[in-house]
Amino acid sequence: MSSTANDVIIRSEALGKKYLIGHESSERYQTLRDTVARSVQRFGRTARDLVRGRPMIVGDELEELWALKNVSFEIRRGEVTGVIGPNGAGKSTLLKILSRITEPSVGRVTIEGRVASLLEVGTGFHPELTGRENIFLNGSILGMAKREIKYKFDEIVAFAEIEKFLDTPVKRYSSGMYVRLAFAVAAHLEPEILIVDEVLAVGDAQFQKKCLGKMQDVSQHGRTVLFVSHNMTMIRSLCSRAIVLSAGCVAHDGTVEEGIQHYLSSRGEAASCLLEERTDRHGDGRLRFTDAYVMGESGVRNVVYMGETAQIVVTFSATEKVKKCDLSIHLENTWSDTILRLATRETAMPFTDLSGTGSITCTIPKLRLLPGKYYVLLAASVPPAFEYLDYVSHAAVFEVLEHDVYRSGKVPEYGTFFAECEWHTRSIS
Amino acid sequence: MATTPMMLRDNVGPTRERLLVLEAGRAERNYWRDLWSYRELFGILSWRDVAIRYKQTVIGIAWAVVRPLLTMLIFTVIFGRVARLPSDGGVPYPIMVFAGMLPWLLFSTILSDASNSLITNANLISKVYFPRLIVPCASSVAALVEFGIALVLLFLTMLWFGFLPDFRIVFLPLFAALAVLSSLGPALYITALNVRYRDFRFIIPFVVQFGMYVSPVGFSSAVIPPKWRLLYHLNPVVGVIDGFRWCLLRGKSDLYLPGLYLNLIVIAFFLWLGTSYFRKTERTFADLI
Repeated sequence: MSSTANDVIIRSEALGKKYLIGHESSERYQTLRDTVARSVQRFGRTARDLVRGRPMIVGDELEELWALKNVSFEIRRGEVTGVIGPNGAGKSTLLKILSRITEPSVGRVTIEGRVASLLEVGTGFHPELTGRENIFLNGSILGMAKREIKYKFDEIVAFAEIEKFLDTPVKRYSSGMYVRLAFAVAAHLEPEILIVDEVLAVGDAQFQKKCLGKMQDVSQHGRTVLFVSHNMTMIRSLCSRAIVLSAGCVAHDGTVEEGIQHYLSSRGEAASCLLEERTDRHGDGRLRFTDAYVMGESGVRNVVYMGETAQIVVTFSATEKVKKCDLSIHLENTWSDTILRLATRETAMPFTDLSGTGSITCTIPKLRLLPGKYYVLLAASVPPAFEYLDYVSHAAVFEVLEHDVYRSGKVPEYGTFFAECEWHTRSIS
Repeated sequence: MATTPMMLRDNVGPTRERLLVLEAGRAERNYWRDLWSYRELFGILSWRDVAIRYKQTVIGIAWAVVRPLLTMLIFTVIFGRVARLPSDGGVPYPIMVFAGMLPWLLFSTILSDASNSLITNANLISKVYFPRLIVPCASSVAALVEFGIALVLLFLTMLWFGFLPDFRIVFLPLFAALAVLSSLGPALYITALNVRYRDFRFIIPFVVQFGMYVSPVGFSSAVIPPKWRLLYHLNPVVGVIDGFRWCLLRGKSDLYLPGLYLNLIVIAFFLWLGTSYFRKTERTFADLI
């Protein structure tokens, strides 16, 4: 590697952050009385231990939780790094340490340069103040100099599209306007290092796109960016590198593609191993689904690119021989609307006999879904009344990722499906 | 390897950015310089606290006039008319009350606003970094603005009674600064404690109410028996109030110097206690708030 010491702008060495939970967490809003009572109690116990000659037990009522453990990495100047991982993996804690909001318990971080962090858009916005006033307030809270804000003021207002309401208190703003203004200020930050928590999960699709464009500008100007998101599409389009956190440790550190694969596959496995043990199901149980997943051409469970051949694989175990079993697979969107149902009784012949354990694969040559998260609902039933043998909703979750299906460099924004199409024009006159 | 960053830190050159080292329990070496570099944020937060103070009130800034005026009236009636306490050297009782009430209002407003400031700004504390000391200090600026308004009101009252201050008034800024410092010390200590123990939210209004009667606000401190006078000055506000009266009332109220010196010591002690406790706990605020 060509990296020299000068290139490294953030260096984290064996970083750890410990929180005390259990007794301590319920004491977050402790009252003096509680503390006094507990101190007396603790004092009594300590004194008793002392008399009996036992070592003093310190903090036996506390439970330690390591939100981050032994996290080491180096980030070079100009790198745009995505931090991904499941909820509770320590992503936000890491960002909080890097942005100096909280201090690490062990280890150290060295940062070379001016850091601005964006853990929430609109931090410090005051509802009673006008849009104009809030731009200055929020800007200086985020670390911009007054001169800098003045200089970029018009640009910020234009970006937020709120010219007309500049002198209206922001409490009269619609939530869309509020978010646009908040993001506009943040988007005009120009630190050497920008730390961004999942802040793009707000606003309408149109505005999100605009923000994404702005963020891409930022990353192309050689700025170092650390970016946390659950949206893999966003991570993929912005970042070159990904750090995957899992249970407070670095699970993977490498290119963004590897990172996303690592994250998605680990998540897919975690979701499916539970299906067999799920109790939120209906049916007489003569046949039970034990596993279900969707697989694209990459072979990673529950990740499919747009337009790929997708296989829905269902494994089952049956306590007795089931004749003429019908299997229905529903694909649902995040609002639990069924957007597609594939039932064997409609699309093929019913299965004659199912017994013991086995798997059923349904292959869709071209999955025409738009990017997003989809759920699989499974139902096995027997004619004529189609009473359920087993019925599980959310049996699998899969993600459809962006692909340039139209070869136009653009991704369809609205709707559920995409379809190949041809356009013709004909003049009438 | 481990020492490299330390060396870099000491070699901050013009071409090199300031190297920031984040470590457990690491004392901030450039604390006061860091604070200075955030002076713009201090300015804007102070401006915010002033700007929002009277938003969505019917009479707005007039509250800054009504509050001291009514308090003066009530005190004059209760202590001057009903209890018939003497005024200092024939000064009209309302003026004497007003001159003592000014520093008391400044003191108590700063004490209660600054003590709650960290809690009311919890969203900032947990989302962005800046030296936390800015928050309580900025909240006291709004109190200073109110103090200014009340001061104008006092001069109008003095005009009304035809009683004008003499040269001693040049010392007024000194005593005003002393009033700010005397409340900032305990306020810093309490606001840091308030992050951990919300009890202080209830204690403060009580202290302020109680303090108004144990401090010489409605009466002259000359009514205190001489043998208790020095002990009375353990209350840091006593010296400040006496000082105000001495400046404003042409020296008709005497300035008890041993008491003032004791006050200075008490104020310095509280300032030291407040800032050191604040700095020690500052880095855990975001975890506890």
